[in-house]
Amino acid sequence: MNPNSVSGAMQTQSPKPTSYVFQIENLSVYYGSNPAVKNVSLKVPARQITAFIGPSGCGKSTVLRCFNRTNDLIPGARVEGKLTYHGKDLYAADVDPVSVRRHIGMVFQKPNPFPKSIYDNVAYGPRVLGMKVDLDEVVETSLKRAALWDEVKDKLKESGQSLSGGQQQRLCIARALAVQPDVILMDEPCSALDPISTRRIEELMKELEQDYTIIIVTHNMQQASRVSDMTAFFSVELVGSNRVGELVEFDKTEVIFNNPSKEATRDYVEGRFG
Amino acid sequence: MTSAARDFESSQDINIEKKMDSSRILDVGFVRLTLVLSIFAGILLILVILQTTEAALPAIQQFGLEFLVTSRWNPVENIFGVLPQIYGTLMTSLVALVFAVPLGIGTAIFLTEDFAPKWITVPIGFAIELIVAIPSVVLGLWGIFVLIPAVRPIFRAINESMKWFPLFGGPAPRGPSLLIVSLVLSIMICPIIASITRSTFESLPRNLRDGALALGATRWETILTVMIPAGLSGIVSSIMLAMGRALGETMVAAMISGNANRINISLMQPGSTITGLIASQFGEAGRLQVSALMYAGVVLMILTLVVNVLAEIVIRRFQNLEQ
Repeated sequence: MNPNSVSGAMQTQSPKPTSYVFQIENLSVYYGSNPAVKNVSLKVPARQITAFIGPSGCGKSTVLRCFNRTNDLIPGARVEGKLTYHGKDLYAADVDPVSVRRHIGMVFQKPNPFPKSIYDNVAYGPRVLGMKVDLDEVVETSLKRAALWDEVKDKLKESGQSLSGGQQQRLCIARALAVQPDVILMDEPCSALDPISTRRIEELMKELEQDYTIIIVTHNMQQASRVSDMTAFFSVELVGSNRVGELVEFDKTEVIFNNPSKEATRDYVEGRFG
Repeated sequence: MTSAARDFESSQDINIEKKMDSSRILDVGFVRLTLVLSIFAGILLILVILQTTEAALPAIQQFGLEFLVTSRWNPVENIFGVLPQIYGTLMTSLVALVFAVPLGIGTAIFLTEDFAPKWITVPIGFAIELIVAIPSVVLGLWGIFVLIPAVRPIFRAINESMKWFPLFGGPAPRGPSLLIVSLVLSIMICPIIASITRSTFESLPRNLRDGALALGATRWETILTVMIPAGLSGIVSSIMLAMGRALGETMVAAMISGNANRINISLMQPGSTITGLIASQFGEAGRLQVSALMYAGVVLMILTLVVNVLAEIVIRRFQNLEQ
């Protein structure tokens, strides 16, 4: 990949005056007694897209799952270090992980619509959270924001699982938007999709960036360079027989792809490793 | 690919071998064998139904449909009817389900939804599967010598305090009763519901649950609004299978129902089921009585058939919902 062509395709949005949604200091995640990722420190700016890239097993998904405390669901997972969300410690003892997830939505690698109608899929979040809203309106606006409305408006009663893969993923995005989150986490949202669907999701992310903070984990470096404002490059280190992930470099996407300060980052974005 | 450059002559060089004779014979032979076996299974079913009905014919001709609503079973006067047994059969199965369904589904949820570490759930799961292996005659004995004495005070207390309620009424409960049968049946069928429901939950994609949790649903909301609806067809079919087992269970009913040939609305009183009736009477039955027992057997087969067909319809409906 030629780094110069990347800068041409890159979004030349002027850097906004940023505040930080998340601040991580020395975050380590353990599965059992083995560290999966160690000593990560970074700040995620608001209303921007932050991409996590790196080879398999580098801990990028693990770190992503810390933001909405879904690591709690894995037996034996343990988080050390500090993670603040708008200044509040997300891992403080009195924080209810369920209420954290109401503000921080997530889109998964494999589209996972519920075996319910398209309408009920989008209405699920507002219903279960008991939001006092006009459901019809929420469903319509969410589907419109997810660029799916025109394709499904005549078949809202049909099962969400009857849609194509790309449509299902946009349905999952609409479902996440319906609870009016502050942040959307995306865990390789396009890895199961064809290039056309991928393109649509990427366009969608650029639109959503106006109102939401987005963090995306991706294997696809071009995708990171196309959509993101900030990029974090993770790598794997062998400690004994354990593979431990670490954050190598975190900077503006242009810097990471054109002028990274670390040799390992350069090797990775230029395709020489990973 | 350079196939565009390839001409017709050279493509004939490609050698596709003929199918070997021996594998052909094996293929055809296997298809025929399975065909014969499956036809045989069907014929067997039809034969059992036909021959039972044939043996029941004298009783059918004599009593007709009145057999179903007569509550006397009198070999001396040759008057036979199975209303108490129909009531007993349906009631014991239904009440057994009332106990077993929540217990079975609850167990399945506990075993699959990360409520407890593996070293707890694995042995429990194994133990539940093993309950199925207990012979029903052993459970019957256990019912007589352990369960009946153990629950007698409880039954008496319920009977005393709720005499006005028909299902718990009648004289003070002593031993065998329909409710005891239901309890033992529920022990027998709970593992069926638990293990099928459990594998249904295990087969649901994990990311379904993660999706609901990520939207801010609690664990219980996730189970109730996503997992159970998604696994509904599996749960319903486990219940139907369990119900079929309960309807057909004989030993337990014969041993602890009391085999009372009269209709008793109260579950606390001795009753009888079709299976129990047949098992306890065929040994010393006269000619018309055997025919009447066969008739009772036909009734039971129709009953289970109706339940199975209903189950199939229900399951289809749920499957349609899911698609």
